[in-house]
Amino acid sequence: MSAQLPCNEGRRRFLAAGGALTLSFAMPAWSASGELPRSLDKTPWLDAWIRIGADDSITVFTGKVELGQGIKTALLQVAADELRVAPGRLLLVTADTERTPDEGLTAGSNSMKDSGTALRHAAGQVRARLTDLAAARLSVPATNLTLKDGAFATADGRRVTFGQLVTGQELHVRATPEPPPPAPGPKTAIGKSVPRVDIPPKLTGGRAYIQDLRLPQMVHARVVRPPSQAARLLDVDTAAVLRMPGVLKVVRDGRFLAVIADGEYRAVKAATTLARATRWDTPASLPAHPDIASLIRAQPAEPYSILDRGAPGSIKTSGKTLRASFTRAFQLHGSIGPSCAVAQLVDGHYTVWTHSQGVFPLRGALAELLGVKDSTIRCIHLEGAGCYGHNGADDVAADAALLARALPGRPVRVQWMREEEHAWEPLGAAMVVDVAATLGADGRIADWQYAVLTPSHNQRPGKAGNLLAATHLAKPFAPPVPKPSPQPEGSGDRNAIPYYAIPNARVMHHFQPRAILRTSALRGLGAYCNVFAIESFMDELARAANADPVAFRLRHLTDPRAIDVVKLAASKFGWDSYQRPQGSTRRGRGFAFARYKNLLAYCALAVEVEVALETGLVRIVRAQAAVDCGEIVTPDGVRNQIEGGIVQSTSWTLLEKVRYDEQHVLTVDWASYPILRFTQVPDTVGVHLIDRPGQPFLGTGEAAQGPTAAAIANAVFDACGLRMRDLPLDRQRMRRA
Amino acid sequence: MTTYRLQVNGKQHAVDTDPDTPLLYVLRNDLELSGAKFGCGLGQCGSCTVLVDDQPAMSCLVPVSSVGRRAVRTVEGLGTGDKPGVLQQAFIDEQAAQCGYCIAGMIVQATALLERTPRPTDAQIRAHMSPNLCRCGTHMRILRAVRRAADVLAKQPAGAKR
Repeated sequence: MSAQLPCNEGRRRFLAAGGALTLSFAMPAWSASGELPRSLDKTPWLDAWIRIGADDSITVFTGKVELGQGIKTALLQVAADELRVAPGRLLLVTADTERTPDEGLTAGSNSMKDSGTALRHAAGQVRARLTDLAAARLSVPATNLTLKDGAFATADGRRVTFGQLVTGQELHVRATPEPPPPAPGPKTAIGKSVPRVDIPPKLTGGRAYIQDLRLPQMVHARVVRPPSQAARLLDVDTAAVLRMPGVLKVVRDGRFLAVIADGEYRAVKAATTLARATRWDTPASLPAHPDIASLIRAQPAEPYSILDRGAPGSIKTSGKTLRASFTRAFQLHGSIGPSCAVAQLVDGHYTVWTHSQGVFPLRGALAELLGVKDSTIRCIHLEGAGCYGHNGADDVAADAALLARALPGRPVRVQWMREEEHAWEPLGAAMVVDVAATLGADGRIADWQYAVLTPSHNQRPGKAGNLLAATHLAKPFAPPVPKPSPQPEGSGDRNAIPYYAIPNARVMHHFQPRAILRTSALRGLGAYCNVFAIESFMDELARAANADPVAFRLRHLTDPRAIDVVKLAASKFGWDSYQRPQGSTRRGRGFAFARYKNLLAYCALAVEVEVALETGLVRIVRAQAAVDCGEIVTPDGVRNQIEGGIVQSTSWTLLEKVRYDEQHVLTVDWASYPILRFTQVPDTVGVHLIDRPGQPFLGTGEAAQGPTAAAIANAVFDACGLRMRDLPLDRQRMRRA
Repeated sequence: MTTYRLQVNGKQHAVDTDPDTPLLYVLRNDLELSGAKFGCGLGQCGSCTVLVDDQPAMSCLVPVSSVGRRAVRTVEGLGTGDKPGVLQQAFIDEQAAQCGYCIAGMIVQATALLERTPRPTDAQIRAHMSPNLCRCGTHMRILRAVRRAADVLAKQPAGAKR
């Protein structure tokens, strides 16, 4: 990476001192009334996004981060395309509180929509500005210039490069709202399946992850967690641990307990010894084995009406009313690499290397935790293992920062153990959905009533109290009372509003500020269970209306893009010509559709499953998905996200459930919390894309999670007549069938 | 501390460490080989898979004192970014990674299969790879990459394999 570049803040200070002269040169008029794309509105300076060196190097800055979703490559493609250079010419710097724009979180499938659009706009304006500079330099009209490989040329062969045009602050100008003129010539990158830039080092042992960061004088720490969030530390004897070889320090603050050693495995062993030297009071704080539905229904909730359309009874109905309830268990992000961070305190300044999805919000929370100013903390993102939402990334950064404070000068590396990751990551929230619908005489849904009950799906930092260790200190920070995110994005109520044309519909979100276990954002948030419920229920209604499930959905869709993906998935699957194969296992087909958040990517999915009745095991035999995510930047990147989403959601749907007794979480490793293995994955997964050139980028990262769950449940019903309404699907029920 | 002589990727190394230190920590921290990853420390996920005398082993469970003279191979020994090995190239060609944290272990695990069973059936690939966990759901691509590597190797003249 380009470590020699000055940081943004320094550059802004420098420019604030003497930038006025340079700004007077051909600066586009700043339109206060127009709106800049999101992210760019917060950081409007073009050189905050793109910088050009005298050596013709081009550096692109983004506040988003690579999570294994391929965002680096896609953003490089967007910028390269606008600049009409090959993506390989660009360097990319991702979230760093001192160097990049603040784009909040890399979450919600928003990165292409936000950073992609912002970069496209900024890069286009950079190119337009460079074109003007080149025209002035070469004394020809801009229209007489050609642009190739980072250089402008005239018809008579004179040439000027980007680096020759940018000698000072030419790009330190504000972006303007109007879209830049289209780039000349053919596209260089958008729409091509450019190989991901981050993959080769990951396959060859390169230093690709925060876990691989090795700094001079670095020490290793491990935390000894309480047996549960309610446990009280009665006493601890540190004498034996302090005698162990390599142990540098034992840190205790309240019930935050950790050991720092000169070697990683020495820290692991010391933490084990320290854990044995503690005595805890672990009260019975968790409910004794209730089913999810009774557990969630018993919690206090704030009711929010999120849709109230039409009037019940205003349509002549067939009198056929169906009711059903659906549930989802607490589930894990279950990152394959436990959370890790490195922090160092030097001369009152902290540097924290983190795989947090939001380095700026994390910095604020750490500042509150440590009682210092934001400006004394720098958070730098480095890749971790896939997180799929708010996992332990921020918490381990807090651990590392607290321990760096205890051992100033030395970089302190903390990596969670597997048991810690499983037991302490914020969970995907349990949910209950109650739905009732009445069919009209015309075979359409006349009336729809839906309620989702669930605790918070977003308790990210922001505040120190959102960091695990902060809640364990002698002077603990209380977690802030969570609030629901408003529609249309929503949180637990994400995708709770059906995307279908239904004349009378009411949707309620019963938001529960408290949960028995800490919960936060897991890929898709409430959309996973809401789409499961809606799309399962659509299947039930289709059967009640004696309609084919695909035809029944089409009857209720008005958005032509939704109709297109439904038809494409059905046709690629061979829905209309499907013949149930005969054999020892029962087979069936299922269909589902959703538009993520009702405003991002469209995803329709048809699957065939086999159900082995003697074991209750379900396997997807084949899946065919159709996706529309607007203009496609990287077709293979979209396919990879959807394929991965289908397989991961299959794992959630068939296998995954956090278990606990009255005192502890019991699912603390891959044996007690199994996930899908190679022997259980589908034979084939096909992903078919509909490109919409010129349409906005729509994120795809979470689009498959909900449809997959419903398609599986619908296929199980088709295979063996059992309607499975609980996530994960109950294997024992299928076995008894 | 004890001094251990290890043969890793064809080179001899001398390492001073505690006898119970798992091979994984020695590879990562003493030899600075980042390929093998800590995933669980319990032998449940395969992120730390290496080859010990051509057999796949979960290096988080192998004490360094038990390695002896056996040859250790890690993903670094299979190729480099500039000159990737056949499996590494196949993973690039199939773009068989999302976060990629498990992938070094996957490639090493697959190496053991293709060295013993150069023309595996799809069922053999699935069964052989099943100790290794992937959380991103990249399984379909990983299977395709192993199949692709097997096909490439099958076309190479004998002696050029590996």
